[in-house]
Amino acid sequence: MAHPPVRLRPIVRAVSAATAVLAAVTVVAGCSSSPSASGPSSSSSVAASTTAAAASFPVTVNASNGKVTVKSAPQHIVSLSPTATEDLYAVGAGKQVVAVDQTSNYPSGVPVTSLSGLTPNLEAIVKYQPDLVVASQDSGGLVAGLTKLGVPVLIEPAAATLDAAYAQIEQIGRATGHADQAAQTVSGMKTKIAAAVKQAGNSHADLSYYWEISANPYYSATSATFVGQIASLFGLKNIADKADKAADGGYPQLSQEYIVAAQPQLVFLSDNEASDGGQSPAVVAARPGWSGILAVKTRQIVGLNDDEASRWGPRLPELVAQIAQAVEKASGK
Amino acid sequence: MSRSGTRVRAARAYVIAAVFLAVAVLVGAMAGAADLNPSATATALLNRLPLVHLSSGLSPLDQAVLFQIRLPRVVLGALVGGALSLAGAGYQGVFRNPLVDSSLLGSSAGAGLGATLAIVYLGPSAPAAVPVAAFVGSLVGVAVAYLAGAAGGPGTSTLLLAGLAVSMFLTAVQTYVLQRSTQDIQQVYSWLLGSLSAATWHQTTQILPYLAVAVTAVLLHGRHLDVLSVGDEEARSLGLHPHRIRLVVVAGCALAAASAVAVSGLIGFVGIVVPHAVRRLAGTSYRRVLPLSLLFGAGFLVLADTVARTVAAPAELPIGVVTALIGSPAFVWILRSTRSVRT
Repeated sequence: MAHPPVRLRPIVRAVSAATAVLAAVTVVAGCSSSPSASGPSSSSSVAASTTAAAASFPVTVNASNGKVTVKSAPQHIVSLSPTATEDLYAVGAGKQVVAVDQTSNYPSGVPVTSLSGLTPNLEAIVKYQPDLVVASQDSGGLVAGLTKLGVPVLIEPAAATLDAAYAQIEQIGRATGHADQAAQTVSGMKTKIAAAVKQAGNSHADLSYYWEISANPYYSATSATFVGQIASLFGLKNIADKADKAADGGYPQLSQEYIVAAQPQLVFLSDNEASDGGQSPAVVAARPGWSGILAVKTRQIVGLNDDEASRWGPRLPELVAQIAQAVEKASGK
Repeated sequence: MSRSGTRVRAARAYVIAAVFLAVAVLVGAMAGAADLNPSATATALLNRLPLVHLSSGLSPLDQAVLFQIRLPRVVLGALVGGALSLAGAGYQGVFRNPLVDSSLLGSSAGAGLGATLAIVYLGPSAPAAVPVAAFVGSLVGVAVAYLAGAAGGPGTSTLLLAGLAVSMFLTAVQTYVLQRSTQDIQQVYSWLLGSLSAATWHQTTQILPYLAVAVTAVLLHGRHLDVLSVGDEEARSLGLHPHRIRLVVVAGCALAAASAVAVSGLIGFVGIVVPHAVRRLAGTSYRRVLPLSLLFGAGFLVLADTVARTVAAPAELPIGVVTALIGSPAFVWILRSTRSVRT
């Protein structure tokens, strides 16, 4: 994704930059609508392990990069995806993790390295002598290279649905010898999410919302996206749906004047942290022309936790709870 | 062509340019994703004129959309388009080369590096630093290219090649910085792509003083560029200082382009396609090419931005895509219908 050299004809430059930015938006949003989100169940070759971890190996799972066999309980796991890192720690495999990529920042104390999941360096990864590598995308020949070295790789791409996110956690659990705890993690998440939805109500079709992925230009998420589906749990109406074109992958760039004229009652910001554009609720309320928006008038601008809103891991219940709280407030419940 | 014929042709070109810009601004003000009532919009606009008191019937929200979001975007688009076209025309005159614009001379690459550095290293603490960094980066890029080229000896092609080398170098540094900080890729690429989507009156007033100086400086040198086009020797024999003229025009163009880039990111192609269209219409004298490029560039970018924000409404297209999609075929058509390209 190198910045195109100046010699390129402008149209090539524009188009390639457009592609790059869309790709980047998708990556950052962490919600590509990839149809290959991991299947809901593992390969049938292995019964779910209910006994000691070691007993269930070798294990074969059906990741998005195909069937992957892990011969014995991995002790040197490298994670190149912040969501996978959270998953690993949630299922109890944290002690087996030796290195995580530079964007992994949760839970605290994870062994952060300079490894990159976007532009992985095979030799740098191999230095940690991994017996399992988990990543969210197969860039730079990651899978082919590590497979040649006999290192199993799980590609766990951005989940398209909540079920796909659960399936990834269960899969990571099986691959690391923690199937039981993974199942517990998932059922705990489901319980919390169901409770939050019950509390706030699931039929708020009268409440419209704008979900901001980034400002300048204004990228939004439609209800077809992963985060949009979460908002749809409450029956909220998404103002970006009208702008959805197949080519956007659910992340259209909206006109500022459309956002204002659409009068959303709720604004969710997933770019409000300083390191992420710094579009905090106060900043948004102060944008010229935005003071007339209902959400601004009634202070229904919600600064989400950017990481929770862009990952598909075990902290989803926290994201749902934050949305539920805003929905309750906005609906005057 | 006779002297009076030239004058008629020039007058006609100015009238066309003025009408084009006026229509572009009007279309830009009337069209948009918010679907404001056209007649009410027109009334609201007229109401802003002195001594006119009309009731538009626009709601306060519609008024906010029109005056706080749409109009600043139209005005900023006009300023940026005018600045980029003028800079392109000026560079083409200085270097006697039809293919030059600010992207070739270190300006775009410098701005890109400046913005990237600001986003990566200052981003969290100061979002306002990005336009400043882009502005400074753009000027530094051109200055380095100029110094590197001037050190290489006389001749404009040396300068141009130096600009190319400096651009490559700055772009490489920028890519390296970005590679080290992948979480900022989205923000940086959004910026690189160029956009007027967050235009405000504040940005307009910020760049106006710089633009005024730059535009004045460049426009005053139209006649000198005409003399330079016959060669440095001839210019010297007429008592001009080619180096000094070149320095002043390059500085003016750099300042104009830097102001544009600071508020809009990198918008390509305007600086090449507009001056060539102008030459086709009004001949090659820089006394006319420069001011006409300013006017036509302003109108062109306002129209391109209007297309960008309406054709897929309520979604938007990146403006760089639109300028290239409209600009490239138009450019080819101009080239085909012009027997030879002279600068």
